[in-house]
Amino acid sequence: MENFERLKEIVTQYLPDDVDANQIKMESNFTQELNINSANLVDIVLDVEDTFDIQLENEDMDGMQTVSDALKIIENKVA
Amino acid sequence: MHRVVVTGIGVCAPNGIGLEAFEKALVEGISGITHNQELEKLNFSCQVAGKPNIDNVNLNEYFNKIQLKGLNSSGIVYGTIAGLDAWKNAGLELQFQEPDWDSGIIFGTGILGVDKFREAIYKVDAGNVRRLGSTSVIQTMASGISAYLGGIIGLGNLVTTNSSACTTGTEAVLMGYERIASGKAVRMLVGSCSDSGPYVWGGFDAMRILPTKFNNQPEKASRPMSASASGFVPGSGAGALVLESLESALTRKVPIYAEILGGEANSGGQRQGGSMTAANPIAVQQCITKALENAKIVANDVDAINGHLTATTKDPDEIVNWSTALKCSGKDFPFINSFKGHFGHCLAASGSIECVGTVLQLRSGNLYGTMNCEDVHPRILEQVDASKIVTHSLDFAPKIIAKASFGFGDVNCCVIFRQFKK
Repeated sequence: MENFERLKEIVTQYLPDDVDANQIKMESNFTQELNINSANLVDIVLDVEDTFDIQLENEDMDGMQTVSDALKIIENKVA
Repeated sequence: MHRVVVTGIGVCAPNGIGLEAFEKALVEGISGITHNQELEKLNFSCQVAGKPNIDNVNLNEYFNKIQLKGLNSSGIVYGTIAGLDAWKNAGLELQFQEPDWDSGIIFGTGILGVDKFREAIYKVDAGNVRRLGSTSVIQTMASGISAYLGGIIGLGNLVTTNSSACTTGTEAVLMGYERIASGKAVRMLVGSCSDSGPYVWGGFDAMRILPTKFNNQPEKASRPMSASASGFVPGSGAGALVLESLESALTRKVPIYAEILGGEANSGGQRQGGSMTAANPIAVQQCITKALENAKIVANDVDAINGHLTATTKDPDEIVNWSTALKCSGKDFPFINSFKGHFGHCLAASGSIECVGTVLQLRSGNLYGTMNCEDVHPRILEQVDASKIVTHSLDFAPKIIAKASFGFGDVNCCVIFRQFKK
């Protein structure tokens, strides 16, 4: 749960003004539901790397559609 | 041909951000040139510069939080402040659904996002290209400023950036005028911006064309038309104007600052004494005479000139060109001033900031005094009577002002502004 909160904090910074942080759920799709600009996914990945001290590969990014996708990738890397 | 008027202006200048502060600084002779510690630390010969002080600007009023994250392009910050201020000043709103198909933008720059580019270069050289983030491109592409403003406002007509060195800002005004006059747009946000900092200014320091004797007296360093002028003070910032067809302005019932009667842009081809860095005098004279022709006025109609007059040893040459083109001298010469004594040479931003000042002169019925030219150059006094050189703000309401800018590459632009009358 702690990882979710840390990820939520990162994602919140890239939400458009009309999307509230409370709308970030495990199953939320970054671009389609949270309306995050796809270009900003790159920035989310960099922030995730800094926050969790891991490195994500291009393949990791391709599979990162939802919040739970991202969490799985993070948890695999951190472990 | 549609008549074109100015209905909004905005400015982010070294000596004032926003119209009120900027106008007060121009009238009262408040300098925006300061000692720059960064330039001193980096061993610049010229350690004074003009840089807008944005410490007290609430950037959240201009950018959303995503745009502000990692924003490291001073030109985009200055340009967005000036551009959005001008848009609001014209009584216009941001579009949230459909774009405004009748409104576009021509917002020029010389080089954009230099500090962001430096960040990127360090990462690329370290083999870390993957760490650049998503905004390296949009903050450093020349059209970044038009793209930011166009997106924030929701512009649906031409969205582009022009670039012609120190002519850029005045040229943007002329290009916007032409687009409206020809009926291709109803409104154009026009202007230009220029980054601050050592990476922009360093090349000019290396060319030894900046003043070096005034590091302890920054406000004295920029001396247009003066016998003791020894180079231009590097500056930065942005100016913006909303140009609009007269029909649209009258329909919207908004205040009209001035009318643009026309203008001209040309090049000396780096021939006949012109070069990459020097102006072909024949081209400058042609640019001025064609501007008058296009504006359908005669030389006698020009009440005042706001010159390029950068405070180098070339200022007397510019005066000779005006005098030859207008076929007048002595007491017949129009009033002439330069705002560069106040804030230096803002490079790509100079033309637009000075066009904003020109429009303010028409609105207020004043000519603003040129700072630091108490010792007018003797070669200038051979052409122009001392009474025509505006050294202190003058209660004189000009009807027509000619504004010109000249730039590296031997390029010229002159725009004719008139006090608005139906």
